[in-house]
Amino acid sequence: MKKIWITAGVACALTLAGCGGSSTAPKSDAGATPAANTAAATPDMENGATITGKVTFDGTPPVMKTLDMSAVPACTAAHKTPAKSEELIVGPDKGVKNAFVWIKSGLPADKTWAVPSTAVTITQEGCMYTPHVLGLMAGQNLDIKNGDPTNHNIHPMPQVNADFNQSQPPGAADIEHVFPREEVLVPVKCNIHPWMRAYIGVVNHPFFAVTGDDGSYTIKGLPPGTYTIEVVHEHWLTQPQDQQITVGAKDSKTQDFTFKG
Amino acid sequence: MVAACTLALVTAGALVTSNDAALAVPDWPLNWGRLIPPLEGGIRFEFAHRALALLTAVLTIVLALRIQRMRRLAWCAVAAVLAQALLGGALVKLIDPKSLAIAHASLAEICFGLTVAIVAGFASDAQPQPALVARLAVVILFAQAVSGAALRHHAVGIVPHIVGAAIAAGIAMWASLAVLVRHLDEGPLPRPALALLGFTALQIFSGIAAYSVRAAAVHDPQPMPLTIWTTVAHVVLGALTFGSAIWLAMTERPQSRSAGLPVS
Repeated sequence: MKKIWITAGVACALTLAGCGGSSTAPKSDAGATPAANTAAATPDMENGATITGKVTFDGTPPVMKTLDMSAVPACTAAHKTPAKSEELIVGPDKGVKNAFVWIKSGLPADKTWAVPSTAVTITQEGCMYTPHVLGLMAGQNLDIKNGDPTNHNIHPMPQVNADFNQSQPPGAADIEHVFPREEVLVPVKCNIHPWMRAYIGVVNHPFFAVTGDDGSYTIKGLPPGTYTIEVVHEHWLTQPQDQQITVGAKDSKTQDFTFKG
Repeated sequence: MVAACTLALVTAGALVTSNDAALAVPDWPLNWGRLIPPLEGGIRFEFAHRALALLTAVLTIVLALRIQRMRRLAWCAVAAVLAQALLGGALVKLIDPKSLAIAHASLAEICFGLTVAIVAGFASDAQPQPALVARLAVVILFAQAVSGAALRHHAVGIVPHIVGAAIAAGIAMWASLAVLVRHLDEGPLPRPALALLGFTALQIFSGIAAYSVRAAAVHDPQPMPLTIWTTVAHVVLGALTFGSAIWLAMTERPQSRSAGLPVS
């Protein structure tokens, strides 16, 4: 009986040692967006429609808490003044920064969109992710840099895409990762520095934007049609807002959103 | 010593989860490719947990090799600790799926319970024969620990855990009061009964505290000390409550269940 237990334990240990847990997403993924395709469409910047708008906050914005980086002196040293949470940044004119705006539905179902060959970069600097929110296309390269003199682990937590968790010492090579499936928004964290947070919007097409300091966004090159445009923000993750919008060729329309406090 | 080490390991595990450090060491069995990783941030909690796990495993094996009585229970404890180590490795390799995390937390309770049973079993040569309510207390407290783990890893909401707490508290108090009423001044039975009653009360209050603190901290950018320590206290008190129920069950003897007779 003892021998059976020992054999089973060794077999389990060998099996686990062979499992590649801290690895990148699987190379092939059924149902995922195909890689860059020369026959795929690109936004028509000349004849396409433009949607602009502003995401604003209605109410008194909460005061963002100061991050406690004292556990890692290298992180504290990187900030002249203590860093604050980026969960909800509201400008003086009530513009909401880091809201992710995207065309949720309405694009022709038979059309695929060209995936850019250039990577989108996320940097770990001062023990914070920069940018805090970013968008990229499914199948597009995400380039992860460690610009800090301290260790990080990059740990996106997708629901639809494959899990991923990889260590990145200071001076290590960039990590390249691809999300093959559309997913809005993928939270990203570092288990070494629990205050570190980022969000990634992975979309099957190029019609998305992240609001700037003043809460404004622009989406260009949209084909004529009727669309559902959605805004998602981490402070209201379970309460995204959708609007219907119809655009014609060369149209320029405005679509604003307001989050209530 | 093994029981104390196992409890320390449960505490270390609770600190890992509470500090959101579960995957701060993304590889296993090595730590950042070495025996000792850079000890910063969340890595400290995860590595401390692994080091304590190794110590607990070694101590449990030594115990099983050295004791003459309760050997079967001791080897069960060894198997449980080794299975727990493999589960921990699987959690890292498979990037912390909820089901494995809950299984890991549940098996931790069993590991601790087994060591308590061994310690309690040494107190008497006679075979324990716990009353039905004492056995029920052990089972229901374990189920409550599992529901707590499911809640911690966001597999279920708070309601099942609160309902379970009410049921578990009622049965634990019944089991302990049933003994105290009959044997307050006699023999060794009052001690585990008092421990079970005391830890159950503390656990109720610690649960309320942990929940209240977490509800107030929902927009905190990181786990803060008050949130961490109220939650860890609740996990540890849960283990102690479960351990007390096992201690009580292992201490009851047939003669002790007859009214007024001293325990041998």
